[in-house]
Amino acid sequence: MKRFLEVYPALFRVGLRENIQYRASGVIWMLGLILEPVIFLVVWSRVADARGDAVGGFDAADFAAYYMVLMIVNQLTFTWVMESFQFRIQLGEFSYLLLRPLHPVHEDITMNVSFKLVMMIAMLPALAIVYVAFEPRIAISPTDAAAALGALALAFMLRFCLEWTIALAAFWTTRVSAINRLYYSLVTFLSGRVAPLAVLPAALGTVAASLPFYYCVGFPVEVLLGRLGPAEIARGFLVQAAWLAAAAAAIALVWRRAARRYAAVGA
Amino acid sequence: MAPVVDVAHLVKSYVVPVRKAGLRAALTSLVRRETRTVDAVRDITFRVGPGEIVGFLGPNGAGKTTTLKMLTGLLYPTAGEARVLGFEPWRRQRAYLERITLVMGQRNQLVWDIPVIDSFERNRAIYRIERAAYRRRVDELVELLELGPLLEKPVRNLSLGERMKCEIAAALLHAPEVLFLDEPTIGLDVSMQRRLRAFIREYNARTGATVLLTSHYMADVEALCRRVLVIHHGRLLFDGELASLVRRFAAYKTIAVQVNGKDFDPSRFGEVVSRDGGRIALRVTKEDAPRVTSELLRELEVADLTVEDPPIDEVIDSVFANAGP
Repeated sequence: MKRFLEVYPALFRVGLRENIQYRASGVIWMLGLILEPVIFLVVWSRVADARGDAVGGFDAADFAAYYMVLMIVNQLTFTWVMESFQFRIQLGEFSYLLLRPLHPVHEDITMNVSFKLVMMIAMLPALAIVYVAFEPRIAISPTDAAAALGALALAFMLRFCLEWTIALAAFWTTRVSAINRLYYSLVTFLSGRVAPLAVLPAALGTVAASLPFYYCVGFPVEVLLGRLGPAEIARGFLVQAAWLAAAAAAIALVWRRAARRYAAVGA
Repeated sequence: MAPVVDVAHLVKSYVVPVRKAGLRAALTSLVRRETRTVDAVRDITFRVGPGEIVGFLGPNGAGKTTTLKMLTGLLYPTAGEARVLGFEPWRRQRAYLERITLVMGQRNQLVWDIPVIDSFERNRAIYRIERAAYRRRVDELVELLELGPLLEKPVRNLSLGERMKCEIAAALLHAPEVLFLDEPTIGLDVSMQRRLRAFIREYNARTGATVLLTSHYMADVEALCRRVLVIHHGRLLFDGELASLVRRFAAYKTIAVQVNGKDFDPSRFGEVVSRDGGRIALRVTKEDAPRVTSELLRELEVADLTVEDPPIDEVIDSVFANAGP
């Protein structure tokens, strides 16, 4: 523990410097992240307006609130480990990571968090524009806010562990881009980014509510906006925690096997 | 003294998929994957004492890098044992990794877009180097490698030679006791090669660190290593001093002789390598060298005569040529 208290702040400082250095490409990344919810927001608010009625319990102002909060949650929980692993292995950088007396996940975490800190600044004007343009209906209760913070923290950890585990597939196959693409499609659809789960067909909504993706993005959003009752929130936390435990166990297991495989087949 | 590196009967085989060309072979491979075993290292045994600088010599694919990778813990051996500083490398224990370093001339660990000093700072964090010790080492490395003007530059703006100096400095910040250098001078110009060699020698003298290096450049090995390990097709062909390698494997000697006046036929003394007026270079077998030398001195009016070993590159070449597959 003492070790991590020494390592984390130092790595975090390096991460901040590095991310400030990469600010231009960071902002472009961010634009992509910001644009996606804005596009879906435009589509769904047009649908709600055209019907003159709520869609799955969402009217135009609800959609605006949903996508504004989703923008923040998605930015805080996204990772780029799946892309970077591919390069690490192709370029042989992995050897150096294995030779360090520190598990590579720690540097990934500090880089990720420091990126988000730097890029929050780029996020604020986007949020302001969406707020003015779409007039969201936002009323947040303190208890929902507290629960949402917890859900957000778990969502970050869950998404990080999940994507780090999938990223390790790069040790077994050279077709990582195909796997990544499949994952991105699934996650975009089932995490609540294309539409809130309540708007999806009932059967699909049920499937999504038992898979991990919704708990990486959609769940904290709905908790914050007070769309879930206490029982639903409690159940959501349980499912989220169970998936996190599974993903963390998977990292440990897959990592050991991946490192062993790397050591067997060579760099 | 206990050896720093102790390797016994180390073996590494890779299983690689085989596929012939053509559609038919492509379809067959869907059902049944054929594989082939490649023996990269076949039974290597050696020891290295503290403070030694040992060079691995061998052509591409000889097993040098595979051996280094097993010793740094990047590869599991197929069989055999190895201990470095008393550790089994492939367990990659933290206590072990903190005491060694690997520099690969063709790969980099510095972050491309940030100043060099920030990459150093990252290593300080990862290796948990105390600030005072870190500053002292940075200062020392800056002085030895003349890094001063480079520290604030982003890595992408450095020349290959500058980058390599920074790579080596980054790899030494945690004061490793064993240095594994894989082609550290590859692609560098002659003067930069010379400076890096001087640095490695100086570092070894100052810190007593043990150095294992592979290189294609004989000059690296000649300048740094008293002892060489010659590896070919995964086997250890020679382990000993560089000078005795030459004595043992140089089958020929070159006799350069300067003769005054008179026409004569030098080819009766040995194979004529070159002839420039009275200046003749002859190639004779090692056994014949003393006899031919005395004949030359007896029969001709010799102004100057030297007997030389062939260049080390040629010796190594002949070792590999004769070793067979």
